[in-house]
Amino acid sequence: MDASCSGDRVGAVAAYRTVLASRLRSQLQYRTSFALYVLTSVVTALAGFAEVLTVFHNVPVLGDLDLRAALLVYGLSTFGFGIANCVAGQLDTIPTYIRTGTLETMLVRPQPVLAQIVTSDVTLRRFGVGLVGVVTLVVALAANPVHWTPARAGLLLVTPLSGALLFAALFTAAGALQFWLVDASEVTSSFTYGAQYASQFSAAVFPVPLRLLLVTAVPAAFVAYLPAAAVLGLTGPRWAPGRLGWGTPVVAVAACLAALALWRLGVRHYTGAGG
Amino acid sequence: MSGAVVAASGLTRTFTRRTGALRGRWTTTAVEGISFTVAPGETVGYIGANGAGKSTTIKMITGILVPSAGTVRTLGHEPVAQRTSLARRLGVVFGQRSQLWWDLPLEESFRLLAAIHRLPPARWRPRHDELVASLELEGFLARPVRQLSLGERMRGEVAAALLHRPDLVVLDEPTVGLDVLSKERLRTFLRADVARRGATLLLATHDMDDVRRLCERLLVVDRGRLVYDGDIPGLVARVGARRVLVVDLERPVPPLTDVPHADLVAVEAGGVRQRLAFSPERTTAAAVLATVAGRAPVRDLSVEEPDIEDVVRRLYLASGR
Repeated sequence: MDASCSGDRVGAVAAYRTVLASRLRSQLQYRTSFALYVLTSVVTALAGFAEVLTVFHNVPVLGDLDLRAALLVYGLSTFGFGIANCVAGQLDTIPTYIRTGTLETMLVRPQPVLAQIVTSDVTLRRFGVGLVGVVTLVVALAANPVHWTPARAGLLLVTPLSGALLFAALFTAAGALQFWLVDASEVTSSFTYGAQYASQFSAAVFPVPLRLLLVTAVPAAFVAYLPAAAVLGLTGPRWAPGRLGWGTPVVAVAACLAALALWRLGVRHYTGAGG
Repeated sequence: MSGAVVAASGLTRTFTRRTGALRGRWTTTAVEGISFTVAPGETVGYIGANGAGKSTTIKMITGILVPSAGTVRTLGHEPVAQRTSLARRLGVVFGQRSQLWWDLPLEESFRLLAAIHRLPPARWRPRHDELVASLELEGFLARPVRQLSLGERMRGEVAAALLHRPDLVVLDEPTVGLDVLSKERLRTFLRADVARRGATLLLATHDMDDVRRLCERLLVVDRGRLVYDGDIPGLVARVGARRVLVVDLERPVPPLTDVPHADLVAVEAGGVRQRLAFSPERTTAAAVLATVAGRAPVRDLSVEEPDIEDVVRRLYLASGR
């Protein structure tokens, strides 16, 4: 039976919405366990926050950031990571999907595999991290003497989303690499979580080779430091000038496209179609 | 729909595995040069020992794996390249893995699958109710999948795979681990559903009862090669398996050693019951019976069919295993 006539089918977006809504409902069903999970992730994020405070208790300036600016960077980074971790964090369980054959059941369903993994496993509880990020961001914005212009306000608004896209791209790329590597999620996690850690600091604290890596292959500097530097009007260190921050949305989109291409190659490799 | 549901030609799949850092490469051929076509409405059993290449073939047909050589078209699609549009018309059950959401009620999995297949309620609700009734799912629809027994879960899996009324139903070991009654119920349902909808069934299994009950045609694969394609009687004839006529006579008679084209295999109860084996292509049960009846009045009789497992074993032996 051919069911391809359009009136006979629900729209693609509605399909994703149904799956998402169901997943979210089911997570909220066990309230105590959900609350505990959120609490755990808030505590984890607060530990990172305490780390920043501890550092600035000992030194007034780290790299080219004082405490107020560092909080802005920390807030942007944590907010972006929080969103990405909810949506794409489960991509690091790809080895399990491969081993248990779940991936094969996804391959015989009429949706792209990546979309299925993302929508069928959104984990709301991970947003505790993002919550800490939002609060930090609000405090930091109040504390920093920003010379506001429409462009700066606009950049600041899109930065958490760009940051989320950048992290999602890293998760996707790390997930895609699992198709070639065997049970190497620890290796790829060092890139994703390493990038998260690096994104909380000024690019100026890293030696030049590492700094170059963070503005190119693993563009973690674009998550928070560079856009913050652009908004605050900082010059930035060599090889990571603050002006680069204006390119944040473009870099985020480019990173996503690259990650998607890598993902596609990964799936092709899995099916043996080459790549 | 016109043409074949599955058209495989020279289908081959090799796996290359790198062994360690010493550049060692290990190539195994899982499927080698398999060709067959399946017409709409056929029910085909795909038989083979573990590791014979059944699952690999299924994966190439359903779009999970690309053939290393040869071609396969499923429902007119290039399986991997046109995976999503093929998936809309394909229903797959992998007996060993679940397509249901383990933490959600069974009912919710159906709703999600309907959404993934983009079926409006008017199209999937009636089908859902029909499946719930015929597979008797009512009692555990509200239970999370992880709490279901294996039999309940398998019925749920089958319903999930058939919700979108697929034209091709592919079942990979669907009755593994089920008790006799559950197996039989599932087979009865599958038979009826596929026949009523005019769908095509491809069943990979090593349960011979599955095949006997569900399939009109048999494909036997051995070490990656197709060694038989035809119906069950044909397979029996091919390996020279014989049927056995068991006759109970009114009185004891001397051993019936001289019945044309039949061999006496046993004499029981002092000659009252005798067993005669014959090849169906050389004589008929009626002819053997007529000869026997000429010696003594026959009180009762039965014909024992060859055991398929034994037949396949003979086929494997014949292909040099």
